[in-house]
Amino acid sequence: MMLSKGLKRKREEEEKEALEVDAWWLDPGLPAVTQAPPTLASSSLFDLSVLKLHHSLRQSEPDLRHLVLVVNTLRRIQASMAPAVTLPPVPSPPIVPNVADNLLASSDATLSASMASLLEDLSHIEGLSQAPQPLADEGPPGRPVGGTSPNLGALDLLGPATGCLLDDGLEGLFEDIDTSMYDSELWVPASEGLKPAPEDGPGKEGAPELDEAELDYLMDMLVGTQALERPPGPGR
Amino acid sequence: MPCVTWLGRDRGAAPGPLDEAPCSEGELGVPGLAQCTADIISTVEFNHTGELLATGDKGGRVVIFQREPESKNAPHSQGEYDVYSTFQSHEPEFDYLKSLEIEEKINKIKWLPQQNAAHSLLSTNDKTIKLWKITERDKRPEGYNLKDEEGKLKDLSTVTSLQVPVLKPMDLMVEVSPRRIFANGHTYHINSISVNSDCETYMSADDLRINLWHLAVTDRSFNIVDIKPANMEDLTEVITASEFHPHHCNLFVYSSSKGSLRLCDMRAAALCDRHSKLFEEPEDPSSRSFFSEIISSVSDVKFSHSGRYMLTRDYLTVKVWDLNMEARPIETYQVHDYLRSKLCSLYENDCIFDKFECAWNGSDSVIMTGAYNNFFRMFDRNSKRDVTLEASRESSKPRAVLKPRRVCVGGKRRRDDVSVDSLDFTKKILHTAWHPAENIIAIAATNNLYIFQDKVNSDMH
Repeated sequence: MMLSKGLKRKREEEEKEALEVDAWWLDPGLPAVTQAPPTLASSSLFDLSVLKLHHSLRQSEPDLRHLVLVVNTLRRIQASMAPAVTLPPVPSPPIVPNVADNLLASSDATLSASMASLLEDLSHIEGLSQAPQPLADEGPPGRPVGGTSPNLGALDLLGPATGCLLDDGLEGLFEDIDTSMYDSELWVPASEGLKPAPEDGPGKEGAPELDEAELDYLMDMLVGTQALERPPGPGR
Repeated sequence: MPCVTWLGRDRGAAPGPLDEAPCSEGELGVPGLAQCTADIISTVEFNHTGELLATGDKGGRVVIFQREPESKNAPHSQGEYDVYSTFQSHEPEFDYLKSLEIEEKINKIKWLPQQNAAHSLLSTNDKTIKLWKITERDKRPEGYNLKDEEGKLKDLSTVTSLQVPVLKPMDLMVEVSPRRIFANGHTYHINSISVNSDCETYMSADDLRINLWHLAVTDRSFNIVDIKPANMEDLTEVITASEFHPHHCNLFVYSSSKGSLRLCDMRAAALCDRHSKLFEEPEDPSSRSFFSEIISSVSDVKFSHSGRYMLTRDYLTVKVWDLNMEARPIETYQVHDYLRSKLCSLYENDCIFDKFECAWNGSDSVIMTGAYNNFFRMFDRNSKRDVTLEASRESSKPRAVLKPRRVCVGGKRRRDDVSVDSLDFTKKILHTAWHPAENIIAIAATNNLYIFQDKVNSDMH
């Protein structure tokens, strides 16, 4: 198919411009991604990765390889973002974080329900007493989130979608986020409990229980009450 | 490589009526309808002689092709592959405990070495491995005393003498029967199976564990590798592929999502969590990116026929490793380095997680792997030359010579070059196989099977 040279060139240029806005970090001329100003690139990638993680976790039987690779990539992005205290405020919140949060909000109920039932099955079968994991209490971005974060383990890096101004800087984004919903109890198949696997010793950590203040707060969040004041959280 | 010209001999994997023309191509299902996802080929495997070629698909079916003996009348035309048998290997199942549906997709097929007139193969989906026996029947008994030719019982009063039934030739019938079902061995998804050179045992690997089975025993298996951490929170790596050494029955290798290979010796311990050798290439700091780990994840590992080398495929390269050198591969070949600057988009559309397979030729001198846009690549280890070919209708007309393709990344563009931006990422060649002795290759392109052969039936190098 013959395209007139002029037309083709124009389209390429347009494409180039579009790319430049969104994906300038892909320019091979630029130094390695981690060295380039990571704000925009990292946060978009971060959001994308969180989305992927959610999608993966919502599968009835997540693809472990996909999940592990996404989580590890998130860690890398996190590591590159965290030390950058001098991040300029993001001018306009990208669409993605809102989508992610809506996903979170809507999926909370189903996720927590399946989480709770999975844990119930596990504890029933293994005879371990495990309190149900606290609900992920991520509100819309910028909202201070209370609640203890339990043993975060290796997946404690995951916070809500970023992209909004916070008074206390980047650290505040991740500090209070209860990431227990990302804990892999979600993706341990229920039949694991049936197998007398030697590694599942009594050393398995229990999840801390919700206290009433957190429960109240969570209820407020779910019901949609605006709670701007950060409730006094237990020792952080 | 320079002396091999590839000819189109494509054979659509059609169980339905085949065209009379020798090199016709067809799709599963009714021609003209949209592609049916159940027909997507998920694995391709030659048997040990190359006489048979098995394909598995997403719908749980196995189709076996057999190479016709070469015709004496036309000595230049090599044997064609025609459908030999089709059967339903796996059905969708429902795990009631977890409320999960288990896909019937065939992940892998491995042939057992032939030990008698029958052929046997192992086929597996995510959870269950099955041993199938394929036998031929070309004679049938005639002349029963109590039954007539249609099988109806005879009126006994008409039977006046006894006769011995005689075996008479009949049209060839291929019968397939499941001889063993190896179930409940895996919690996670099975990604590999590999038959041991002892021909008595085989292993199956899922994301976190590898089990050793005896072919005759279905109610138990031995766990030989377990990388599941005590806390799943600490999970950072999964098993991606594994294979037994072709000659040493005690050795096997498994690859990980972090790009490492572990060679294990079953004589060392019952549980081979501790490797004998760890093959890992240090990350190149100059090309480090957020996606470094994902693109280093090994999607396939294959021992060479000699047993001296291993071939691995990660997202952008194929690598040859010498078993005697753990520090780095001895050869690295770029499959589609032009994608390196597009990793973000490929991450976005999940293509970066595609798992490509790789293959050795019979003499271990050429390696092959698939790519996007229905392209596949071959690398000659001796001459260091490589070629890109395309599996498509146009290129697979009978006796059509495959034309080398080129992907251009900007700058000078030749007439038939394909631009990087116009690559079709939905057309991926994930599964390829090379005949064990001859230059015949089988390429699975979504739901089409292509078989290519070299022009001159050259002797192995």
